[in-house]
Amino acid sequence: MQLRPALTERDINRDLLRPVLATPIWFYFLLGGLAIGVCTAIGGFAWAVNHGTGVYGINRPVMWGFLLVNFVFWVGISHAGVMLSAILRLSNAEWRRPATRAAEVLTIFALGTAALHPVFHTGRPWRIYWSMPPGYDFGRGIWPDVRSPFVWDPTAISTYLTGTTLFVILLLIPDLAVLRDRSSGLMQKVYGFLSMGWKGNTRQWKLQIIAGFLLSALILPVFVSVHSIVSWDFAVQIAVEGWHATIFAPYFVIGAVHSGVAGVISVLALLRWMFRWENYIRDDHFDALARLMIVVATAWFYFLVIEFFLGIYPAEEPEISLRTLQVFEWPFNATFIVFLLMGYFVPVPLWLFRRVRQNVALMFWTTLMVNIGMWLERFIIIIPSLMRKQPLTFSWGSYNPSPIELILVAGSFCLVFLGVLTFSKFFPIIPLADAKEGVALETHVRVGKVMVPAAYREE
Amino acid sequence: MAVERKWGMAVDADKCTGCQACVVACQSENNIPVNEPDHFLQRRAIQWIRIERYWEGEFPDVRARFVPMLCQHCENAPCESVCPVFATYHNNEGLNVQVYNRCIGTRFCANNDPWNVRFFNFWEPVWPETLRNQLNTDVSVRSRGIMEKCTFCIQRIRRTTRDAGLEGREVTDGDVVPACVQACPTNALVFGDLNDHDSQVAHLREDGRQYRILDHLGTEPSVYYMAKIDPYAAEGEHA
Repeated sequence: MQLRPALTERDINRDLLRPVLATPIWFYFLLGGLAIGVCTAIGGFAWAVNHGTGVYGINRPVMWGFLLVNFVFWVGISHAGVMLSAILRLSNAEWRRPATRAAEVLTIFALGTAALHPVFHTGRPWRIYWSMPPGYDFGRGIWPDVRSPFVWDPTAISTYLTGTTLFVILLLIPDLAVLRDRSSGLMQKVYGFLSMGWKGNTRQWKLQIIAGFLLSALILPVFVSVHSIVSWDFAVQIAVEGWHATIFAPYFVIGAVHSGVAGVISVLALLRWMFRWENYIRDDHFDALARLMIVVATAWFYFLVIEFFLGIYPAEEPEISLRTLQVFEWPFNATFIVFLLMGYFVPVPLWLFRRVRQNVALMFWTTLMVNIGMWLERFIIIIPSLMRKQPLTFSWGSYNPSPIELILVAGSFCLVFLGVLTFSKFFPIIPLADAKEGVALETHVRVGKVMVPAAYREE
Repeated sequence: MAVERKWGMAVDADKCTGCQACVVACQSENNIPVNEPDHFLQRRAIQWIRIERYWEGEFPDVRARFVPMLCQHCENAPCESVCPVFATYHNNEGLNVQVYNRCIGTRFCANNDPWNVRFFNFWEPVWPETLRNQLNTDVSVRSRGIMEKCTFCIQRIRRTTRDAGLEGREVTDGDVVPACVQACPTNALVFGDLNDHDSQVAHLREDGRQYRILDHLGTEPSVYYMAKIDPYAAEGEHA
């Protein structure tokens, strides 16, 4: 732990509630810019609905394009929330404190955005409720086909979304009470309603902590299942060489954790830079997260290598031809090199140095790199495999994304950041209660001539 | 009709000349929009049956090979199990059928179709004014955003079965003739009931030249191909 100014509860309230109670003016310009991006994407989708799915770049062999790549990407990002929040909470990791809520909020918005992609993607989006849990068409006596991963997907995603939202709301209650006491007028009524009569007495705290632990434990299996199910969208398909690897489920889960934790680090670095939270999101938090990233990235890399190896091991001609396309043929050879460098070979060796791990700007750029790499990973898995589904060369094809698809992909990024920023306008995105608990549990140890803060592990 | 049929087709690659008559017949029978060159360039042409052309050998000893490719109506169809809304399912006559107004257009079935014989309507279909009156009234025109595929001319199967029922007789082999089979000038395509052991298609299934495309996937296709007899082929290259 590093030397840092001692924080009082008053400091914590003032600093962490600053975006809520005294929003800086540039914040609104930022929101406006992102909202324009989102509106453009809505326009793009309206265009697609009006003119037909033909406005996308998809074609006969490549029936799934950028939208599915982006869907998998956002589901992957959404894995960070529970990974950080639940696992670190259950294991009592002290350094989780500032990161948990940002991670959960990123989960909610990334998952919600991911859930929009199937809507963009289908040919008749106005009928998509036939495949989603609340909209099953029981009125006509027709059930959804439970053998299809596209029925599992909405089920898993809605479970995960519900669970994470409950988790966030539950952990937000004490902070909402703080806001209720510091706001006036309409907002006070809203915060008062949302804080559900929180008084901060011992019984309430006890219930809240128990509920937090229970939800953490309950949500972990969902966290594993969601991305496994997303991988089964691909793995169940016998028709596509290169997709029916049995390793897909754990490979996708670990890949999701890889991109998700990287996403959280990027968001934390941004928040720290925007709201000057150097005393809360400290260098040693980045240090700890980067150490976690090294482990996760290496585990993911192992799965990547195994997946490739198992693919080429039987030396079957269709699979070999697909892997050749993925690795050696233009433009995928360039994509593949960029993907390997950005996803693993540049960031991980950098993180081995403490100076990099504790440099927020470098952490921001390296984690951004990881996510570019991980986006390309999904691209490399989905597109080339569809281009060479089977050895019937007559039906081999190619794919070029259309402008509408690019707009929708860009719009999805705007939507997620708009969501996270809007959240930070109305709710504290670093948990006040957790920060105060951290301060309360803090002790000091003498190192040489100075007293250095050292955190206890809670029992 | 309590008869459990299993419709199937035999395609004799040796007789196929690649004339594309089946393709044109299918287009006009099944209300498939006209495929303009753009549709082919975009790889969005809809052809329920197509002639796949492969080149064999090295120049100058090159030979063209034609494979008529249509929906294989698999017993164990991979496209059926991935549809979230049961828009495609297997009926009791061995047909893999597509319910147009149930389809939501996830294109999952098209991805999980090894033969690439499922087609997506990227745009609302349009016909030139001169072809408006040519549309087949027995076949629904598909709207955009849904999948479509070869039905083995189910409208002809239904009509023949109904007519036979009215006349009080059984449907016999050769009664049902899909458009492609009807149009084939060399009789390379044979259609019939695989469960009827006396049918022509059931006999062809026993033929020594018989094979099924991508049989190793275990989907049990109902379309049987008869290998090309090639006197010039190297020893053991062809059956």
